Amino acid sequence: MIKVRDLSKNYGDVEAVKSINFEIQDGEIVGFLGENGAGKTTALKMITGYLSPTSGMVEVNNLNISDHALEIQTQIGYLPELNPLYPEMTVYEYLEFIAKIRKITGKQFRNALSRVVDKCGLQGVVHKHISSCSKGYKQRIGLAGSMIHDPKILILDEPVTGLDPNQIVEIRELIKSLGREKLVLMSSHILQEIQATVDRIMIIHQGEIVANGTNEELMSNFRGNTLLNLDVKNANENSLKDLSVAIPNLNIVNVEEKLDRHILQMEYAQDVDPREDLFNYAVSSGWVILKMTPTTTDLEDIFRKLTTEGQANA
Amino acid sequence: MHNTRAVFLREIRSFFNSPMAYIFLVIFAIFNGYFFTSTFFLYNQSDLRSLFSVVPMVYLIFVPAISMGLIARERNIGTMETIATLPLKTYEFVFGKYLAVVSLILLGLLATIIHLFTLAKFGSKIDYGALLTGYIGLALVGSMYAAIGTFASSITDNQVVAFIIGVFIVLIFFLMGFFLPLVPTSLAGIIQYLSVDYHYSNISRGVIDSRNLVYFLSVIGFFLVLTVQSLEVRKWQ
Repeated sequence: MIKVRDLSKNYGDVEAVKSINFEIQDGEIVGFLGENGAGKTTALKMITGYLSPTSGMVEVNNLNISDHALEIQTQIGYLPELNPLYPEMTVYEYLEFIAKIRKITGKQFRNALSRVVDKCGLQGVVHKHISSCSKGYKQRIGLAGSMIHDPKILILDEPVTGLDPNQIVEIRELIKSLGREKLVLMSSHILQEIQATVDRIMIIHQGEIVANGTNEELMSNFRGNTLLNLDVKNANENSLKDLSVAIPNLNIVNVEEKLDRHILQMEYAQDVDPREDLFNYAVSSGWVILKMTPTTTDLEDIFRKLTTEGQANA
Repeated sequence: MHNTRAVFLREIRSFFNSPMAYIFLVIFAIFNGYFFTSTFFLYNQSDLRSLFSVVPMVYLIFVPAISMGLIARERNIGTMETIATLPLKTYEFVFGKYLAVVSLILLGLLATIIHLFTLAKFGSKIDYGALLTGYIGLALVGSMYAAIGTFASSITDNQVVAFIIGVFIVLIFFLMGFFLPLVPTSLAGIIQYLSVDYHYSNISRGVIDSRNLVYFLSVIGFFLVLTVQSLEVRKWQ
């Protein structure tokens, strides 16, 4: 379990993280979503003990990081941003080194090695130099290093950056499979990535958490009006004018005339659905509906809204 | 101890996985060999004095050069973050790194033993005791410069900057003795005590005094503690 209370970090005059609060339970996969420079990495660095907070506290499995950094670090697996590795070492040497510091040697190491090689798909590169591995393999080597000790908590900073779509899917599946038994906290600035991988999303903007919830929770909390596009034939001026009287909770945004067709843009609040009324009205007015497409706001809109306007709370 | 060993072995492995260690050992041997043999037969004396006076000068460039990457490189390629988030104490990390550089220097010194064979072949009435203390002196000076180099490497992520800072600090200690005539007499004692040459020449003359040992050990300790501190401070940046 990770518990973060009023955590802040200043770099000189710059407030990178401003008094954030959250809790993550075991077995959850949680994603930090934010633009570059939003404070994701800084927050992760404080949780892993790489940076000391300016104020506030981090508790991992009920241990405070400022007093028990070493103990916490034995329980965490961390993949730093940009996945730093020693290019001159072989994959085996690198994993052996990490394992040694984590007190995993001999038979234990051989078991751990075969487990991570298997999980991260490193067969065939174990004795290669890291410098000669592809970007995708390097990412997996980094991941393997972060989970060689089978940690209960995995913290992954931008784990899929720079990978091709196939590799992204592989890493995503891997993270999901890990999430069944572990707590995974990952960060990304790519919304689709977060959405596809995690159970819960925390949106961080200018050092503050502006939203925290599951995909569905965020959608229902932040969804604005539903947009409806209607493409009709045989609509006359009068029946168009009367539409807003007949169906009051439908707001006409724009009407475009195209030969004998009208393309109407309308919106309605999320808790009403006037489509049936609209259909009946069209029938009674002799319209022919060619197309009716509602578009709900998706997470991307919410993200854009939150990170351009800021301030809102879920 | 376990962790220090792991860091030490990784570093040694990295030295020998890259051309670094070989280049150092070969050029170190060539330099010392050239300066030693070019005067050895002229002096016509049965000692390694010329070697013992040239190695400390060769150190001035070589030791900062082999230690510049120790920590600066880890910071540069980002592995410092991996290291700092492993259950590894900062001093274990620093000490492992330091021992790796010292080992490489000792290995370089070992190669100069070949000159001892030259001496044994051509010389007579060789004072082996003085040779032994001479080598102890060289090892101590090398270890001291290595501590300085380790510190220089910890305060920047740029290896060239680390090298320049390393050479600068090492030069201060090396040249201090030469400034002796220029300083007021009240300070002369301190300056002399800080000068590496003063302690080294005592030891290489065959006198191993605890004063000299304390000097080397305390300078080494001072710079290693400083290194640990400079790495700890980074957390609070």
